[in-house]
Amino acid sequence: MTTHSITVTVNGESVRRAVQARLHLIDFLRGDLGLMGSHVACEHGVCGACTVRVDGAIVRGCLVLAASLDGASVETIEGVSDRGEIRDLQDAFIARNAAQCGFCTPGMLMCAADLLGSNAQPTRAEIREHISGNYCRCTGYQAIVDAIETTALKRVSSDAGGAKP
Amino acid sequence: MSAIIDPAALDRPNSYIGKSVPRPNLPKLVEGRGQYVDDVVLPRMVHVAFVRCPHAHALIKRIDAKDALAVPGVLRVFTGQDLAVVCDPWVAVLVHLAGMKSAPQYPLPLVRATWHGEAVVAVVADTRALAEDGVSRVLVDYDPLPAVADMETALAPGTPLIHPELGDNLCFQRINESGDVAAAFKAAHKIVEATFHTGRHTGVTLEPRSILADYNKGSGKLVVHHSTQAPHMMQGVFAKQLRMAEGDVRVICVDVGGSFGIKVHVYPDEVATVAIAKLMGRPVKFIADRLESFGSDIHARDHRIHGKMAVDAEGRITAIDIDDLTGIGPYSVYPRTSAIEGNQVINLVGGPYDFANYRAKTTVVLQNKTPTCQYRAVGHPIAVTVTEGLVDLAAEALGMDPITFRLKNLMRDDSYPRTSPAGMKFEGLSHIKSLGRLMDMIDYPALRAEQDAARAKGIYRGIGFAAFIELTNPSPFMYGIGGARISAQDGCSVRIDPDGSVVAATGVTEQGQGTEGIIRQIVAEAVGVAVGAVRVITGDTQNTPYGGGTWACRGAGIGGEAALQAGLATRAAALEVASAMLQAHADTLDIVDGNIVDRATAIIRMPLSELTRIVYFRGDTLPPGLPRELMQTRHFITKEYPFAFTNGIQACWLEVDVETGLIKLLKHWVVEDCGRIINPLLVDEQVRGGVVQGIGGALYEHCAYSPEGQLLVGSMADYLVPMAAEMPDIEVGHIETPTRESLLGAKGAGEAGTAGAPAAIMNAINDALRPLDAQVLAQPFSPERILQALGKVPMRG
Amino acid sequence: MKAPDFIYCRAESLADALRLKAEHGDQARWLAGGQSLLAALAFRLSEPTALIDISRIDALRGITFDAGVVRIGAGTTHTALGVSDIIRRHVPLLAEAVPLIAHAAIRNRGTIGGSLAFADPAAELPACCVALEATLIAVGPKGERRIAANAFFEGVYATALRDDELLTWIEIVAAQADEQQTLVELTRRSGDYAMAGVAAVLRGDAAEITHARLVFFALGDRPVAAAKAAALLVGKPLDEAQVALAATASAQEIDPAGDLNGGPEMKTHLAQVVLSRALRQIMTQAKAKAERTAA
Repeated sequence: MTTHSITVTVNGESVRRAVQARLHLIDFLRGDLGLMGSHVACEHGVCGACTVRVDGAIVRGCLVLAASLDGASVETIEGVSDRGEIRDLQDAFIARNAAQCGFCTPGMLMCAADLLGSNAQPTRAEIREHISGNYCRCTGYQAIVDAIETTALKRVSSDAGGAKP
Repeated sequence: MSAIIDPAALDRPNSYIGKSVPRPNLPKLVEGRGQYVDDVVLPRMVHVAFVRCPHAHALIKRIDAKDALAVPGVLRVFTGQDLAVVCDPWVAVLVHLAGMKSAPQYPLPLVRATWHGEAVVAVVADTRALAEDGVSRVLVDYDPLPAVADMETALAPGTPLIHPELGDNLCFQRINESGDVAAAFKAAHKIVEATFHTGRHTGVTLEPRSILADYNKGSGKLVVHHSTQAPHMMQGVFAKQLRMAEGDVRVICVDVGGSFGIKVHVYPDEVATVAIAKLMGRPVKFIADRLESFGSDIHARDHRIHGKMAVDAEGRITAIDIDDLTGIGPYSVYPRTSAIEGNQVINLVGGPYDFANYRAKTTVVLQNKTPTCQYRAVGHPIAVTVTEGLVDLAAEALGMDPITFRLKNLMRDDSYPRTSPAGMKFEGLSHIKSLGRLMDMIDYPALRAEQDAARAKGIYRGIGFAAFIELTNPSPFMYGIGGARISAQDGCSVRIDPDGSVVAATGVTEQGQGTEGIIRQIVAEAVGVAVGAVRVITGDTQNTPYGGGTWACRGAGIGGEAALQAGLATRAAALEVASAMLQAHADTLDIVDGNIVDRATAIIRMPLSELTRIVYFRGDTLPPGLPRELMQTRHFITKEYPFAFTNGIQACWLEVDVETGLIKLLKHWVVEDCGRIINPLLVDEQVRGGVVQGIGGALYEHCAYSPEGQLLVGSMADYLVPMAAEMPDIEVGHIETPTRESLLGAKGAGEAGTAGAPAAIMNAINDALRPLDAQVLAQPFSPERILQALGKVPMRG
Repeated sequence: MKAPDFIYCRAESLADALRLKAEHGDQARWLAGGQSLLAALAFRLSEPTALIDISRIDALRGITFDAGVVRIGAGTTHTALGVSDIIRRHVPLLAEAVPLIAHAAIRNRGTIGGSLAFADPAAELPACCVALEATLIAVGPKGERRIAANAFFEGVYATALRDDELLTWIEIVAAQADEQQTLVELTRRSGDYAMAGVAAVLRGDAAEITHARLVFFALGDRPVAAAKAAALLVGKPLDEAQVALAATASAQEIDPAGDLNGGPEMKTHLAQVVLSRALRQIMTQAKAKAERTAA
């Protein structure tokens, strides 16, 4: 069994750990760093519960080896929460009851934030398409689509408002 | 009980019942700061993984664990024999289901493995990965046996017996009959007949089944962190099977990542985990992976139903006759049993309709597939599919519009209380009002016009309806009378702490439905404080009143009523103290927003926190004989009706691509009547989530097996669950017919969506395909089945 | 399940990659984006001794256009492919295919080389490369080898790559002025592997089709070129009658196995549907282009 020493920036903090070759990113985050917000639910890259950011792009954490991340930057739900980056999106999820059991929610939020980062005014169809790789058994998705849509509209109107003299 | 709380009459501060108050659990969950079982890490914790049987049926000849034990990090290997030393088997039968039989089931089988995916050997190691390394090195010498795969031939002569000691493969059979069915069919104006298949589904909770058992050899106490819906029930099960005192077992579930009925059963691998913890004296964790979930989580809904309906010349239903067959796997599942689903089907068919002659038979057979048991909306989607499928066929045979036919046959809203031909007692339903509300929502004539216009362009759209009833608030008539230690009663303790804040501990549990949210609302209103001042404790057998947990839509109706009564009692207790302190009659005082106020003028007399300060720290200043019981517990159980039925109707509007067989869902509507609505936001999302779960079963989900009994789905790329892109927006409307069994008046709302959606979809597809003379009756309505119905692709097999 | 144990090593360069492969031998596998490989390892269906990570080799990334040829580094992610102006302009088929591949988080990591070398018969990119008559370049200890896409795919998860070779670049001749490319697939859910799909490349004008490549995916053990159907189209204008002829002919050129979605008959039926739809789409595209030119 080989281990690899990696230095990774996780939520802005540099961490150095020795990891087994086969350890995937989510088991690394959960087991080695105690960051339990990213969830393991299929380990086949199909459900989206483990969606996190690597070097700014969302990935399926179960399909990334921790050993391959030496020098990379990883952001998780805990990190974006602490930085307040998606506070509005989280508030919209709470107000709209867009999370029920909450197990898909961190991955769903990471995916939704990714969409809003590249498309400020997505249509409902575009929202549904972008989150179509993130499984939620509880909500039926509509509340999630509503919450993302509301957040996008609020961001656009507050941007527009800010631009006025 | 009589008075029902009317939210409008309570429009004052702290009137939360009926309001869309956000849930208290969400702030932590949206930050990924919940605590699911796999998030719990204990000192000296080890992991267990299971060797699972690759055959549908096999004799276990020999188990060689030598190589597995040689893997560094692998600590122990356990077989069925090893665990039987500390753990007793169980038999899942209910005595009120006459004649039901099943065989003893052990945590790991002793002699034979009886389904593909059954856990056979347990390997314990430092990590899950190492445990799996061990699993891959255990050699099990199987002698494959003939399997019973097809439920249609399970009882046929020559079919092997799964448990020879039972004499046959029949688990349960019941005929539910009333009136004179034969005469009604003889006199019928028209008879319609069809065979429906509802497919085999599983729950696919996103959080897999999870358990962490911690046995302390010193104290003799067992603490189990469990992703479960019913902690008290599991406490009893673990105690009984492991020969412990119930008081020595504590079950904790903090956050549960989805349940839907999947997590209310006793799973052999979970009992094995607890037994191993007891044997090893250290914490043992088992988190099912997705592959093993498909073969070991309970399956459901694998029914074939022949149905027949007779109607008279006026278009009235005169009789329904159905023959239901279901295959449940090799064992009935403990302790709810696997006969309930079939029993529900024959209790629920025809439920919304006014007719007199009914005959329904269910036959529940054993087979070598993953065991089935109760899953969201148990039996309802099957019964509704059969009923509503026959209703549409009858309307078509009569040349009548499906809405006209339903209006003619639905039970009148003023006809309650009454008993259905299937023997179900209805306290009060609103089928006609619900249908009227649906008509207001959908603009039926416009949809029909759009349908005609589309057809002219070669586009096939359809609209389908499904009226339904849903069984909620179960009494002991569901399980208790059959001998199962499943509590139909639930309790709530409410206390006011020294700072004037309120704590409510309830026996009902939270898996995302919003249980903690509604209990908080109810208790805040009952006591007279802001919701923010109430903390809710669920999911801990040591700290909550004994109760059944959350299943069968009982959280709001049963747990909610207990919370309301406990809250009101606590308020009364506080006012009794206030009365002494303020020298005012308790009737002239009230609690509003955390203050003791004068009831007539609303003038604040003192903060609740002042009262608690005196009670807790200066009790010496109060009259010596004054009760100061700021903690009150109440329990609730339904008494007059075995179940509180709800009702509603769904409509689905969709488009069938007749070249590809693909279906595009355009819109879905639901009107449902769950009695008093405690939180509209939560109810609507329960309904929407339920509809989408129903859509999953109707269009995508299928636990496919080979003819030899090999499960063919192993990942979420094979077992297709509904995803966001294909789901429609769902409009939800309500009628409120509160139950008079409780002050709160709430019934359940969690299963209505799932109950009606598949039938609405089936009817919409068949409505779309009608001009092409094609029809589908077997779920899932896959592209292949649509194309087969259209004659574009030959039938398989 | 967790992956079985293996050795992980990261190649910093092409030479490094080949050296590591030589060192670890037959049972070592290349790890590109890992989006199929790591999922497969989580089923413990294979137990490679080592994974050689080639995702950090700069030379394998990027898209260039030179002398009418588009050159794509095998390590280019689907996302990068999808946003490339070069691809959009010169190989629009690939730009059209990218959004159909799984989901955003997978596309951020998965690579074109990984998809081709994995050779899933239901994947889009292998069929695209065959339709585009791409040249796949492999590098091994004995140097560089150019493999025509139609000779590259040898079966389910099987390619012409030798065990010690690494797929490095893909070369595609840029679309000609009179060329139309499109891809049509049928999935039950967005992002799923297709039940049936086709990549189509046609050249010609309203009067006559001069070149046609029609390549099915998810309908055989590898991308399947419907050569006879394509030949029927050449030399004639593309119209509804021709579409029907080609669709019918294509059914004779495939022998799909059934899967969980349906049996061979359904697959054959859907093959004709996707082919017809692709050709109609091309007719629409060509018409729009002609109108643009006229305007």
